[in-house]
Amino acid sequence: MSLPKRIIKETERLMADPVPGISAVPHEDNLRYFDVTIEGPSQSPYEKGIFQLELFLPDDYPMTPPKIRFLTKIYHPNIDRLGRICLDVLKSNWSPALQIRTILLSIQALLGAPNPDDPLANDVAQDWKKDEKGAIETARQWTQQYAK
Amino acid sequence: MDSDDDFNSSQMSDEDIMGDQDSDVSVEDGLPPAQSMDQDDVGFESQDKDIMPSKHAFDVDFTVYSPQQIQAYQDKQIEDVSSILGQPPEATAILLRHLRWNKERLIDQYMEKTEDILESAGLGETAQTHPPRLEKVAGFVCDICCEDDANQDTFAMKCEHRFCVDCYKQYLSTKIKDEGEAARIRCPGDGCNRVVDSKSLDLLVGEDIKDRYQVLLTRTYVDDKENLRWCPAPNCIYALQCGVKDKDLLQIVPTVHCECGHDFCFGCSLNDHQPAPCALVKKWLKKCEDDSETANWISANTKECPKCNSTIEKNGGCNHMTCRKCRNEFCWMCMGVWSEHGTSWYNCNRFEEKSGTEARDAQAKSRQSLERYLHYYNRYANHEQSAKLDKDIYLKTEKKMTALQTTTGMSWIEVQFLDAASQALQQCRQTLKWTYAFAYYLARNNATEIFEDNQKDLEMAVENLSEMFEKPIDQLQGLKVEMLDKTAYCTKRRIILLDDTAENLKSGNWEFNVSLS
Ligand SMILES: [Zn+2]
Ligand SMILES: [Zn+2]
Ligand SMILES: [Zn+2]
Ligand SMILES: [Zn+2]
Ligand SMILES: [Zn+2]
Ligand SMILES: [Zn+2]
Repeated sequence: MSLPKRIIKETERLMADPVPGISAVPHEDNLRYFDVTIEGPSQSPYEKGIFQLELFLPDDYPMTPPKIRFLTKIYHPNIDRLGRICLDVLKSNWSPALQIRTILLSIQALLGAPNPDDPLANDVAQDWKKDEKGAIETARQWTQQYAK
Repeated sequence: MDSDDDFNSSQMSDEDIMGDQDSDVSVEDGLPPAQSMDQDDVGFESQDKDIMPSKHAFDVDFTVYSPQQIQAYQDKQIEDVSSILGQPPEATAILLRHLRWNKERLIDQYMEKTEDILESAGLGETAQTHPPRLEKVAGFVCDICCEDDANQDTFAMKCEHRFCVDCYKQYLSTKIKDEGEAARIRCPGDGCNRVVDSKSLDLLVGEDIKDRYQVLLTRTYVDDKENLRWCPAPNCIYALQCGVKDKDLLQIVPTVHCECGHDFCFGCSLNDHQPAPCALVKKWLKKCEDDSETANWISANTKECPKCNSTIEKNGGCNHMTCRKCRNEFCWMCMGVWSEHGTSWYNCNRFEEKSGTEARDAQAKSRQSLERYLHYYNRYANHEQSAKLDKDIYLKTEKKMTALQTTTGMSWIEVQFLDAASQALQQCRQTLKWTYAFAYYLARNNATEIFEDNQKDLEMAVENLSEMFEKPIDQLQGLKVEMLDKTAYCTKRRIILLDDTAENLKSGNWEFNVSLS
């Protein structure tokens, strides 16, 4: 199956005009599969961390959202142990007019603004609500330990 | 309890069932309900003609509607409100759905804060400029597929988020076919809350998607209305409307009868479970699930003859067992001697509470509570099982009767009494089954005695009728009159029992040993 024009254009733009702090590189043997890295935003517990993610564009993309998951271990109330992300634009608020670029920016923003009230990783969200300082410290430690 | 006449027809008929002001509308529009209420038995006039005209305490008013009728009602409401608001029908539909078809609230809010309600419903500003249309736009590039062919048709709603027609189509079909959305499909533009209206949809998609869209809208309509419910029978297309509300379910068990023949509870959608209220049914089923391991052994299909110990398998619905070996006649349920189960003394339905010494011991107590449960469970399960066996026997009998018909020239109508008897048996066993769940939770007071008598009488009537099915086929025709009598008697006993339980439930005379709420 040939690659839709939309995916080709998006890929070209991601390569030619990358977003600062984010990279997304397609696999040579599967152009719908991307290796992604996101830098933790400054002034967040994820600062200086480099996070690996995988991104896959399903057949009906962009009618359905891309599938994305963290490969690097991360301590965050909206990301679970398997790296799955709770983010509205990846679910009910997905629009086919959104792009890989905008989605990755949203994920980076989520690292800067964790939302324990809309949790995916329940225990982490509970820690976060009970003891925010301690949770932030744990997130910082995990970042140092795993996100290199 | 002050909800005395909540469920009576006087109140129901002027209440706005489908959302219309006057209930005559349906008739004027040539949309009579698919079935009128009060149809106790599905199809057979012999069943209880003499009792039919009066309304029973356990009856509720209801109406059956086809999807076409429901859609017609929606259209009619949309049309009415459309002319009041001065909004086109497709926008009015979105507004009505947004406020869950509460017409009065919509009109109030629209008059007060037009802009706000349009915004929150996903209609944006009012502007009824032009009907939706496809356009070709010079220099256009579609944000979804990245095509820039100047000749391609494009579409945008009033929010001006423009995409090529192919992408718009594919977007709508994904939403409707794959995701099952209809009432609130938003513009494909990022972050845009504008809802796609039916007129735009008509312009963009093919017939199959349009049909699916209508089906989904009707589904949402029924789901949105507290007084409408889909018939839960597999593949049934009808929806039923009934005025009984959730809060009423402690005082009434609203069994409704669908056009397809299925009887179910409007409160919880389970199969008819009169006389037990929904809350008890839920508790009972949960308990049976939890205790099924313990209970299974006792409801097994074989037992030993109390006299000679040879194994006996129950193969008919009747509880009157005769041991093949020693000819001992006994009752399957209590294993007692059958002769003692005569008309005056039939002590099989009530669990005699054991008193005194044993109960003081904690172990004995828990064993007794299990025994008590098993007593009721056993009878509950027995009627369920017997109903199946009754049906099996009937089906076999029917086959033989059909054969007999051809040889003796008996007419089809002449063998219908068997069918009527079979149906009455099914219905009565269904009721009996639930009387045992009901009885399990019932705390003893002065109303319980009558209930137990009624239960006993119905059980007797049912067993007597059930027994007739086991008669040899060549005798059946001669038993026609007797069978008709027994059928009518069963039905009558069932009505007496249900009338009594329903009246006491309504007036709060039952005391339960669990909390219902
Ligand atoms: Zn397009
Ligand atoms: Zn829009
Ligand atoms: Zn039905
Ligand atoms: Zn119910
Ligand atoms: Zn025997
Ligand atoms: Zn007995």
